[in-house]
Amino acid sequence: MTHGSRVKVPALARVEGEGGLEIITSGGKVTEARLDIYEPPRFFEAMLRGRRYTEPPDITARICGICPVAYQMSACAAIENACGVTVTEQVERLRRLLYCGEWIESHTLHIYLLHAPDFLGYDSGIHLARDHPELVQRALRVKKAGNGLMTVIGGRSVHPVNVRVGGFYRAPAPAALRALASELEWARQTAEETVRWVAAFDFPDFSHNYEFVSLRHPHEYPITQGRIVSTSGLDITPAHYDERFTEFQVPHSTALHSLLDGNLTYLTGPMARYSLNHDRLPPDIARLAREAGLENKCHNPFRSIIVRAIELLYACDEALRLIASYEPPDPPAVDVQPRRATGYGVSEAPRGLLYHRYRIQADGTIEDAKIVPPTSQNQRAIEADLRDFTATRLHLPQDQLTHECEQAVRSYDPCISCAAHFLDLRVSPR
Amino acid sequence: MSPESEPAMCTAVKLVIGAGNRDRGDDAAGLAVADRIRAAAPPGVRVVLLDGDQLGLLDAWADATEVYVVDAVCSGSPPGTVFRFDAACPLPGRFGHRGTHTFSLADVVELARALGRLPPHLAGYGIEGNRFGVGAAPSPQTRDAVRKVADLLLAELRAGG
Repeated sequence: MTHGSRVKVPALARVEGEGGLEIITSGGKVTEARLDIYEPPRFFEAMLRGRRYTEPPDITARICGICPVAYQMSACAAIENACGVTVTEQVERLRRLLYCGEWIESHTLHIYLLHAPDFLGYDSGIHLARDHPELVQRALRVKKAGNGLMTVIGGRSVHPVNVRVGGFYRAPAPAALRALASELEWARQTAEETVRWVAAFDFPDFSHNYEFVSLRHPHEYPITQGRIVSTSGLDITPAHYDERFTEFQVPHSTALHSLLDGNLTYLTGPMARYSLNHDRLPPDIARLAREAGLENKCHNPFRSIIVRAIELLYACDEALRLIASYEPPDPPAVDVQPRRATGYGVSEAPRGLLYHRYRIQADGTIEDAKIVPPTSQNQRAIEADLRDFTATRLHLPQDQLTHECEQAVRSYDPCISCAAHFLDLRVSPR
Repeated sequence: MSPESEPAMCTAVKLVIGAGNRDRGDDAAGLAVADRIRAAAPPGVRVVLLDGDQLGLLDAWADATEVYVVDAVCSGSPPGTVFRFDAACPLPGRFGHRGTHTFSLADVVELARALGRLPPHLAGYGIEGNRFGVGAAPSPQTRDAVRKVADLLLAELRAGG
């Protein structure tokens, strides 16, 4: 790359949504990396104003086809928090089981069809399938095990229809869940093989000292609930989110950026969850993580594929545990009556922390809504990484640099559909 | 339960799959065609609605021998333009899109081809849309095209494919 140049990837491949990447250089050095998100913003928050307090789980589930459960769970948690309701342990466990289905679907898709092709030298999962159909067949079978949970608990594998504020419209029969166990057991064994498989990939030598942010639960690896914690000691309930996290607009993105305490760029998602909660993993999974080369913290975004594989294994393991001890909630939902209040809900979507806040009137009308998806929160961390990553690679031919930048972005599994959408690379002189 | 529930394994000889999202304007075109086929289909034709993950196509058509898929496309052509495809050949670019966690119809067809999971006969229609916003109403041109494609497909089904 020459002095004073501009590298542009006008449209990123294998990331969800529409966006681009622009690297601006001056004097042979990278001065700026911009993740351009230009998909029109979705105005879901405005759409929710004036709707009934019971509607956010169904409306917000439509924001994303891959993580609808995350939207439903954060929405339910926020509304129930506003209404002063705590759901039963049985409802909470069934929610966690449903969420495991979503993690299994999402992580399997990303590991096998979106991220692994980069390490194996293929342009896409389709190209991988032509040479290694057995790998893709097993991915589809693992994903289907997750689909099974979504279908039995949620009513269908995409955009579940059985979730409501307070719990579920109906509780699945124990036999229907037990029928999924054998396939989940197969998926669990396959997930173990997946961890060993991806651990052997050749990872670029790159790391960043991230400020990680995730949920943390007293006893469990966080999925549906917990306190919000960070590497530097943040430890708050979801009700205090707005006091510490600030969202703001930047000219090149239709998705809001986010900072912690006014100036800290932070990262949420699998690497953050693992780094802040590895001690909550069952001992056998924690041991496998160490065997796979993960230390207590993961600072190399390319190695996030190992973390996802560990979380895939955990989700299968946890699903089997929850099915074995399943007692149908009776009634399937607790009564939730509206009151004038503001409620806060946070859960761990496959891509990271998903925050919902609703202010409702006494009659249950939603006055105000705020939704902060993980990809939106991660934009600044992704840009910071790309700035560092490209700084030592500007000498590469444009197509190779583009490919490596896309690979770097894919490490975060961004969902621009959630954040606003995504990659186009541009390297530009100033 | 919504009619867009899980696509069941299908043993029908002839299968029509409508794909799309009823909440996003013209993206509902494939589902609207499938609704019309379901109301008037000749015996032996099964109709499945697919809302969301296109990878579900692989299971939906697993045991069918003659499959027709209808989906909305966004290629820049005038809204309401009707495209016909036959998976005997790779699908044209208009049936594809960039994305990470959602696969396009073209992606799934090529994945199925690579995995040996294509049905013996797979064809279908694409309907060009231009309103894909959440809560948008389908465009008049797309509504007209839905009627046209339903008529074409019914004629094809009645004629024996």
